[in-house]
Amino acid sequence: MVKYRVEVGPEAYLPPSAACAGVVLPDPGQALIAGEVVHEDVGMEEAARRFLSAKIPTIFPGPLVLWNWNEKSVKKATAIKAMYDELKAHNPEALLIPMPDYRPKYPKINPEVEINPNHPNLTIWHNKIDVCMFVGVHCHQANLSLKIIRGGTNCYTIAMCAQAGHEDAMLTFRDATPDKIWMLVEAIKDVKKTL
Amino acid sequence: MDTKSLVGTYNKKGQKIVEPEYMLFEAPRTQEFMTGSEVVKEGIRRASVDVSIAYPITPQSEAAALVGELYVEGYVGEYFRGENEFAVMSECAGASFGGARVFTTTSGPGTLRAYENFPMWAGSRLPILINVMVRGVNSPLSIQPDTLEMGMILETGMLIWHAETAQEFLDFLLAGFIVAEEPDVHIPIAVCIDGFFVSHTKDMVMLPPADITLTPYDPYRSPVPCMDMEVPPIRMMRDPFVMKSNYISYATHASWQQEVRAACERSRKHTIRLIGGLIEEERTDADILIVSSGTAVAQGREAVRLLADEGIRVGIVKIKTIRPFPHEELRQATKNAKLIFVPEFNVAGWMAREIKAILPDNERVIAGPHVCGGMTMPPEVIVKEIKKVLAGRKEAVHG
Repeated sequence: MVKYRVEVGPEAYLPPSAACAGVVLPDPGQALIAGEVVHEDVGMEEAARRFLSAKIPTIFPGPLVLWNWNEKSVKKATAIKAMYDELKAHNPEALLIPMPDYRPKYPKINPEVEINPNHPNLTIWHNKIDVCMFVGVHCHQANLSLKIIRGGTNCYTIAMCAQAGHEDAMLTFRDATPDKIWMLVEAIKDVKKTL
Repeated sequence: MDTKSLVGTYNKKGQKIVEPEYMLFEAPRTQEFMTGSEVVKEGIRRASVDVSIAYPITPQSEAAALVGELYVEGYVGEYFRGENEFAVMSECAGASFGGARVFTTTSGPGTLRAYENFPMWAGSRLPILINVMVRGVNSPLSIQPDTLEMGMILETGMLIWHAETAQEFLDFLLAGFIVAEEPDVHIPIAVCIDGFFVSHTKDMVMLPPADITLTPYDPYRSPVPCMDMEVPPIRMMRDPFVMKSNYISYATHASWQQEVRAACERSRKHTIRLIGGLIEEERTDADILIVSSGTAVAQGREAVRLLADEGIRVGIVKIKTIRPFPHEELRQATKNAKLIFVPEFNVAGWMAREIKAILPDNERVIAGPHVCGGMTMPPEVIVKEIKKVLAGRKEAVHG
């Protein structure tokens, strides 16, 4: 049996769920790249390289960091903004597009200013996004969205998860804390020096 | 609130809150002689349950009533009888939406009456623990053990565990809450036992102390938004309507269904950690195996003993989790087997179908023997079935 790899799409009309295809979430201190477990530091460097080499790197902050739930949310939001600023300084085409909530938007979403987990492909197609990161999105909605993206777009997905990770993303971290987000900011700075 | 920070503190009943691993593996245990229904009471006493709702139906009525006693004693936060099973399960959903740890029980026709709720629970990612004390479904009427209803809930999206004994039942109850509530799982779990055979029969059970309890449920680790009327935005929907007739909505719905199944798959890791794996196996180097779940395994054990007296060596594979189904574990456990017997307490033989679907060379799998409608399955019936097949085989089978 060939091991399933979580690769950039478009994969299929309805791609399988990575978990049902045998991909197992990482343990603490680990990350997943294409469904393979790696050390977290390796994941950080890879994410940084993907972002810095992208034409339109994009961060999709979700409700858990957009809204002022608690002190942790504020700290995470600050770190995410710093990450965006770092990417923007490197590439003026970088985008920061919020996912403010999870309701489907009818009759039509405004893809320039928001993304919605029920039809994320519309925003990605409209903006021609080739690398994106989900952060602060509830796990169910994140996985729902990542499957649709993999099925119908060619966007490389990165997921920074406060819980156990998202195996439907091409690259995922777990146990995301403000400090871990800052680690990725530092990784971006470090990789930038090598370019 | 981080419930892990509560470890070492005490609840209003003076119970010390402990890590699940301590409760399951380290806490000193004492031996008690009790029925499965009494196990429910003692399990829930130690499980920091917020809400329990039920409607009476044999054989689960006693267990639900005993949980009511815990409510009176102050161990359960809220308890009441609903109007019927559909109402009960809907009320359980409401409690779980609000962040409560929820326990309920049902049996037979009650399970079927409530049926629509189960995929709704799973699709809403509600980690409710439902104890299904299986019995016959009407008609004709039977209140005795029959696992047909388990076959009917296989595709509802719930985790499904089947306990063989009262001891296993206790451990499944305690571990079940923890596995179901993991953020990467977070779907309902049906902990099934065979009604009367386990629920009403006394057995020796090793109980952890009553002065400890599991960590409470933390709704803020949920993979979906917890309804919180105190913190904005308060109207964030758990289950947005994706009913438009277009590709986007259909794709969303399909992805959502896939995600529920993915959650079930993710539970494997946690299940292995807390209940020691999805199966248990004995003498799987034998040419003949009995593979089943619940008390069919118990009867299989007796049959193995009888066969051994005649010089026929038979191994056992017990399936503990039916969802997720132990695909790889069964393939490995049965790789040496030439004959695989699947005794079942139902007319349909759904367990044999599940097994046949995943095994190579599935002609090895013999569906049966079967009993149903509440019949017992004497071990001699299993022995007779095995010997009959052996006599009819041209190929030599050695124990």
